[in-house]
Amino acid sequence: MNFTAFWHTLGPNTISGLVVGSIIALFALGYTLVYGVLRLINFAHSEVFMVGTFAAAAAWSAVGVTTNSVLPGFWGLAALIVLGLVAAVIASGGTALVVELVAYRPLRRRNAPPLAFLITAIGASLVISETFGVFTHHNQRGTARLVPVHDLLVFGDTHITVLDVLVVGLALVMMFALDRFVGRTKMGRGIRAVAQSPDNAALMGVNKDRIISLVFLLGGLMAGVAAVMYLLRVANAQYDAGFTLGIQAFTAAVLGGIGNLRGALVGGLVLGLCELYGGALFGTAWQNVVAFVVLVAVLMFRPTGILGEALGRARA
Amino acid sequence: MRQGLARVIGGASILGLLATGAAACNSSNNNNNNNAGANCGYEIAFFGALTGSAANLGINIEQGAELAVDQYNDANGANCITIKKFDSQGDPAVAPGVANQLVQDPKILAIIGPAFSGESEAADPIFNEAKIPTISPSATRPSLSTHGWSVFHRAVANDDFQGPAAANYIKTVLNATKVYVADDQSAYGAGLADIVKQKLGSLVVGSDKTEADGKQPNNDFSGLVNKIVASNADAFFYGGYYKNAGLIRGQLTAAGWKGVQVGGDGVNDPGFAQAAGNAAAAGSIVTCPCSSPTAAGGTFNADYQAKWSTAAGVYSDVAFDAANIILNGIKAGNTTIDKMQTYINGVNYTGVANTYKFTATGELDPSLVKVWSFKVQPDGSVAADQNIPLS
Repeated sequence: MNFTAFWHTLGPNTISGLVVGSIIALFALGYTLVYGVLRLINFAHSEVFMVGTFAAAAAWSAVGVTTNSVLPGFWGLAALIVLGLVAAVIASGGTALVVELVAYRPLRRRNAPPLAFLITAIGASLVISETFGVFTHHNQRGTARLVPVHDLLVFGDTHITVLDVLVVGLALVMMFALDRFVGRTKMGRGIRAVAQSPDNAALMGVNKDRIISLVFLLGGLMAGVAAVMYLLRVANAQYDAGFTLGIQAFTAAVLGGIGNLRGALVGGLVLGLCELYGGALFGTAWQNVVAFVVLVAVLMFRPTGILGEALGRARA
Repeated sequence: MRQGLARVIGGASILGLLATGAAACNSSNNNNNNNAGANCGYEIAFFGALTGSAANLGINIEQGAELAVDQYNDANGANCITIKKFDSQGDPAVAPGVANQLVQDPKILAIIGPAFSGESEAADPIFNEAKIPTISPSATRPSLSTHGWSVFHRAVANDDFQGPAAANYIKTVLNATKVYVADDQSAYGAGLADIVKQKLGSLVVGSDKTEADGKQPNNDFSGLVNKIVASNADAFFYGGYYKNAGLIRGQLTAAGWKGVQVGGDGVNDPGFAQAAGNAAAAGSIVTCPCSSPTAAGGTFNADYQAKWSTAAGVYSDVAFDAANIILNGIKAGNTTIDKMQTYINGVNYTGVANTYKFTATGELDPSLVKVWSFKVQPDGSVAADQNIPLS
């Protein structure tokens, strides 16, 4: 174990961990929402994210901004980021809805066993990912690094950049908005009702199918935002970009308590920090191992995750 | 029932007739193509990545080889020699299946490839079993020639030359005092990084390992980046391929690191700047046990540009030469894999990029080895920098 490296990189790793964790957390919401309502792991969610990255990249290149474009000033950049967000959110939300309509709803109509949902989920994921892979020759597509490198705050070795604040801030705003939406609005009450008891909700006049579509759409929207944040950081889209991130996001959802919206945030941030701290201690190649050891350790003592409660019971 | 059976038999026999007819047509075509002295109707295989995150490197090689075959066919009759493309995706897990397909084809006399070291480890045993001679224009892991694969030939120097040259460049040209070294744990990347580490000795202030292309969680290298920044290194060597190297370079720049990144021939591609962004990539150094393709002799560069509407990339020229070695062999009547193997073993051929002569283990003769450094330009292209002294 390399404690020297750990102490030397503690500050920067904490910042990186929070930034990575925010992206994971937004991504994890899609898993947690769908699981909370349907008791279903939507494996195709990683492709919902991937489609978002390509949509934002395509939107930017449509207005002439590619990897090495000269970037406009502040308002131009803000407009570009909003454009990317709109494109990614539409594409990701749309993909999530299509997956629900094509892959899950027909099975639900026929009362298929849970295993069938699992298989179609994996199938849908592979179909979307490989389709993009074939059309992009399994190759990368670079995008512009829109946010210039600029330090906002510096503590010793720890630099907090505009991008760091933007990513974490945007993630928190999105999660807060989602939490309010589910907790305070009429449609949100519908979601919680279906999560608690689909049959009773239906008896009370809640349209179950519409609520389920809404849940997929919300997850897709969050994934779309995560996709833009990912592009701002990594500036690279590829057909399999959602795969490793999807595993991380699913882990974060379980870590925080699957079905629990706030749990996804906690899980994402804890996972992001654990990976970077673990990478500093044992080497970057051990990041995944450390993350999963932490997951198993947490689940041994809190089998339902850190915050462990279901969506239906989040607020009565 | 009986009627049904008769129909089935009738259908089958018609299909059979059609098939023999088609086969007859094929053989007559072959005969037509059999121009005197050209030995037509045979195939050369390309084996390497045509898709996947490191595909640019494979495509350079395939296009170089295909150009040579086209020129041969222009001189000796259309479709005389066919180049068969086998896409390994550069993935050691995919390579064996594709290699098994390749060895089913009896017309293939030799293979250009495998392009990368990892897939060579996986596929070369299959080619060795099938006794099909290979010439790799790019796989540089030293141990590839130590497995006793008689079919193995390498048209470039291996990393026992490239690694020390890269270390030499970091020490004497960059004058670096603190070097950070990392690799992607691949057969090629880890091997090269280990040699560089060993040669740099006490200059190495830290080392790390990442996942391979596309496997790093989140494509996020901030753990590695934070370590490099904290180590105050003025140079960073990455053993791996261009995509990861480019992503790391981009993230290093975003973290404010000002040092120089150095990579091996796997990073020697415009895809590096594509992943990093030109501004971040500019000034990075890549080495290659080859000279610049723009220095290739004859009309190679003009021909390549005319055929592919793009400039020749790294190893395009070596692949062109490797294909010509095989084509010369075919022309000289070496139309079985055994004869081709003997021919390549004894070849002494001067092509557009270099002169080729192989040792008993299939390595390029040490007297013909050269290692060049290349610098990434502000527009993202890679330009020749200098011939690195080997010691």
